[in-house]
Amino acid sequence: MAEKPEDHQQGAKRASAIVAGSALKDWFVREVLPLESALMQYLQNSCRDKTEIADLRQEVYVRVYEAAREQIPRPARPFVFTVARNLLINRVRRERIVTMESVVDLDALDVAIDMPGPDRSAIARDELRRLQLAIERLPARCREAVTLGRIEGLSGQEIARRMGISEAAVSKHLAIGMNALANILYGERSEKKP
Amino acid sequence: MSELHNDETDSLVATEIDMRAADWLQRRQFWNWSEEDQTTLDTWLAQSPAHEVAYWRLEAAWNETHRLAALHRPEREAAPRVRSRQRIVSVGAVVVAVIIMAGIGTRSYLTRPQVQNYTTALGERRTIALNEGSRIELNTNSVLRVLADADGRKVWLDKGEAYFEIAHDTRRSFVVIAGDKRITDLGTKFLVRRDTDHLSVALMEGRAKLDVLDDATKTLILRPGDVVNAKAHGLALARKSEGELKDELGWRHGVLIFKGTTLGEAVDEFNRYNNSKILVADAATARISIGGTFQSNNVTIFADAVHDLLGLHVENRGGVIVISR
Repeated sequence: MAEKPEDHQQGAKRASAIVAGSALKDWFVREVLPLESALMQYLQNSCRDKTEIADLRQEVYVRVYEAAREQIPRPARPFVFTVARNLLINRVRRERIVTMESVVDLDALDVAIDMPGPDRSAIARDELRRLQLAIERLPARCREAVTLGRIEGLSGQEIARRMGISEAAVSKHLAIGMNALANILYGERSEKKP
Repeated sequence: MSELHNDETDSLVATEIDMRAADWLQRRQFWNWSEEDQTTLDTWLAQSPAHEVAYWRLEAAWNETHRLAALHRPEREAAPRVRSRQRIVSVGAVVVAVIIMAGIGTRSYLTRPQVQNYTTALGERRTIALNEGSRIELNTNSVLRVLADADGRKVWLDKGEAYFEIAHDTRRSFVVIAGDKRITDLGTKFLVRRDTDHLSVALMEGRAKLDVLDDATKTLILRPGDVVNAKAHGLALARKSEGELKDELGWRHGVLIFKGTTLGEAVDEFNRYNNSKILVADAATARISIGGTFQSNNVTIFADAVHDLLGLHVENRGGVIVISR
């Protein structure tokens, strides 16, 4: 994806890594990914094109990553949303993808974003339900491949044999399944914010 | 990859980088993976933060599915055949297999009446193919004997659980004996489970007759969906839906399927399959209702799920996993 050099308000200019890679990854997985559902809603309010949103999300992550490489921002939540907002404002200026109203509304959204979430086990139960839904929503062959691989623990070759399809097809089904699972686990939420 | 963007399913929305990352991840998870592959992946990851972040994200989500473990129940196979069921067997199973092969090796097995013994170790399961197209799947920790001769086929379930798919043969009866109960097959698929003080028979397809050996007055003709529970004091007949019966057969795919199952029952199930035992500390905790699909041989995933999903305290005390509030 093309990198957009402007708007580095956090001074992330690909500086030499100060934060260790593993610490960065841990932080990203633990603190940033769980914000994805809120982030996606935030982005969806501003942009109707679904493919555009996936790109925007990716861009937010890249910027967050680059800033965090120098110093991990704590807490993560306001930082991630500041990055997202700046990104959106820039897109409005540059490409007029987002309407001005929606950007103004972002301030109101920030309040909701900072609301405390439900307790950990409720979140986990919700994730479980979403996962089950995610699997059910996969296209049939894709679901079959993921299930055989994940639950029955079969290898790629075994899945191909069991399903009677080529290994290349199995690879494709698995890749689509992995993407869909990540989107549903991180990117969607079942309950609406207040 | 662009066709993915046109898919109507929201969950398939992905960038090209996401798709590349997913392709790497699936290659690493499911196919032969060499040092060289790892180097190529590392190079790709180092090319751009977008690559790295996309890969972390997919990997984390995939790991999450493993931790939660409870996915959709396995697909029903279109045409279940013995061959496709052969799974990796434990070392213990190999020993059992050798003994069985020694008995079955000759083709004279049908003509010369001979009792075959089949045993499964804890956590093991195996499929027994009988010559005329019938098959028996033996679940964990079970003992079964088969006697086949020209007149009929007779099976004793001495312990444990077995699923029968019997090719009906009007000239040769098929009888399962479990303690003092006898099940006579009339062309059918059924499940028999024998615990110390409890016998359960569930009929999936066809018809079967159940009777008590010393008591001619107690005879039941079973229809699909019928479940007979026998205890010392008598028989009880219940009905189960097709879905419920399928869930009970999850073990044939190596999974345990819980729906509104109490934690106590779920733990009992896990203990049937594994050497490392789980204990629920108190009765109130044991009554908590749970759901999900779990690998029957992976106690750790179950314990993690209990901890994360139910918020219960899980502790390893001298090799026993203790669940408490």
